Amino acid sequence: MRNPLSEKIVTIPPSGIRKFFDLVSEMKDAISLGVGEPDFDTPWHIREEGIYSLEKGKTFYTANAGLRDLRVEIHNYLERRCNLSYNPDKEILVTVGGSEAIDIAMRAMLDPGDEVLVPQPSFVSYMPCAVLAGGVAVPIELEEKDEFRLTPEKLLEKITPKTKILVMPFPNNPTGAVMRREHMVEIAKLVEKYDLFVLSDEIYGELTYGDEEHVSFASMPGMKERTVLINGFSKAFAMTGWRLGYACGPEVILKQMLKIHQFAIMCAPTTSQYAAIDAMKNSDDDVRHMRESYDQRRRYLLHAFEEMRLECFEPLGAFYAFPSVKRFGMTSDEFASRLLQEEKVAVVPGTAFGDSGEGYLRVSYAYSLKSLKEALGRIQRFVNRLDGA
Amino acid sequence: MREKILAVIEKNSRIDIRDLAILLGESEVAVANEIAEMEKEHIICGYHTLINWENTSEEKVVALIEVKVTPQRGMGFDKIAERIYQYSEVNAVYLMSGAYDFTVILEGKTMRQVAQFVSDKLSPLDSVLSTATHFVLKKYKDHGTILCDEFQDERMLITP
Repeated sequence: MRNPLSEKIVTIPPSGIRKFFDLVSEMKDAISLGVGEPDFDTPWHIREEGIYSLEKGKTFYTANAGLRDLRVEIHNYLERRCNLSYNPDKEILVTVGGSEAIDIAMRAMLDPGDEVLVPQPSFVSYMPCAVLAGGVAVPIELEEKDEFRLTPEKLLEKITPKTKILVMPFPNNPTGAVMRREHMVEIAKLVEKYDLFVLSDEIYGELTYGDEEHVSFASMPGMKERTVLINGFSKAFAMTGWRLGYACGPEVILKQMLKIHQFAIMCAPTTSQYAAIDAMKNSDDDVRHMRESYDQRRRYLLHAFEEMRLECFEPLGAFYAFPSVKRFGMTSDEFASRLLQEEKVAVVPGTAFGDSGEGYLRVSYAYSLKSLKEALGRIQRFVNRLDGA
Repeated sequence: MREKILAVIEKNSRIDIRDLAILLGESEVAVANEIAEMEKEHIICGYHTLINWENTSEEKVVALIEVKVTPQRGMGFDKIAERIYQYSEVNAVYLMSGAYDFTVILEGKTMRQVAQFVSDKLSPLDSVLSTATHFVLKKYKDHGTILCDEFQDERMLITP
């Protein structure tokens, strides 16, 4: 029999998270700080809209691009929150989570050999999606000394005549890094100069802390026509299981993305779309409340790390901290495995998000204060033991 | 800072001052002072425990009583309310808009005890015109907390 598989897919390594997931699953009473999703339930009024839509028999396909009402609400939301205006009929596409948007944006834009710059550490999908779309994924290794921001120098180093797309994964999973306006100005200039396109994944855009609000990369001067903005409902509205996201961008790109979406997916889940209309319209208070709650726990986590002398730059976005374990002379994997074996606490090794995550751990603070306390107590015990205290 | 302190301790009054200070990014002293101030100003009026008595062997009935009154000269609603809320079995008294004047929440050991309070103490008050007593059959949610639900983290242990 012939080999049934495509060489391309076989050569892509499985997600680094998978391996650790298997390890953790075997351990019965492990407590986890390894989850990449909110600990809140979806606000009830959103869930109710979903239920109500089912009661009314809204169980059919929607338009390929998504319900028009939802696209209009997305337009209103982006205008209200990000000062961006996208045409609901031509420039907004509702997708199955942000993940689908990443995939189809790459497929719509890449020809064989085109290079995609992927700042790392970052979400696990960018590299494989770029490769599956025929592109060549080129990591840009971000560093703690820059607070894991993309600097113009680092970007310039990796730009070649073949570079087509720059992925902007901020606010960042796993580091919690954010890019403020002043940091993005220089990046935008290079994007313009080298005629690049940007895939800006702002799924954590609602979750930033400190005095400044999130600024969308697409709102930088000249960037709207070069950017596919990806966002969704999972993180800000605690709707991970509804699988709903969206992409906004220039009509010429969105039109082709819609084509792929139409053939591969048809449309995003109808129930989720009805619920999402309510999320866009009526959830500003819920989001504020959740953001405040994450912020409190963020402070709590950082304080605990400081006390146990676990170095960690201050993350100002998402719900992750990215402490360094370099001083223990262990790899991320060793540290995380031993922590799991010895204290039964699961965190994700930084290397799951790219080689430049070596020496770091992703610790999620989307947990109740009680769980955080218990887990941090165990981490402290482990660290003390390593320190010989 | 006040609203933030209140938002946390309204749900968890047993939190350490130390933890509270860390959560809010303030110093312990500042938080402790603010709480003391709010106690003095009667913004914080007490620290109570939310008990689901249904899960104990204690017998308890709770009644919600609608009370209509006629305020008399020199004796506004506040004075009448005082004559009601001084009774220790009265848990809460609210002045209401709408079809009746006071909501009185009453706790007793038995229905008879509650009925007796209404007929012996409440109804004979000069200003009381009428009462309507409703017994609570089951509490689902109290003080913003769902009583009948067990919280379970449904998430997988590790996700990207």
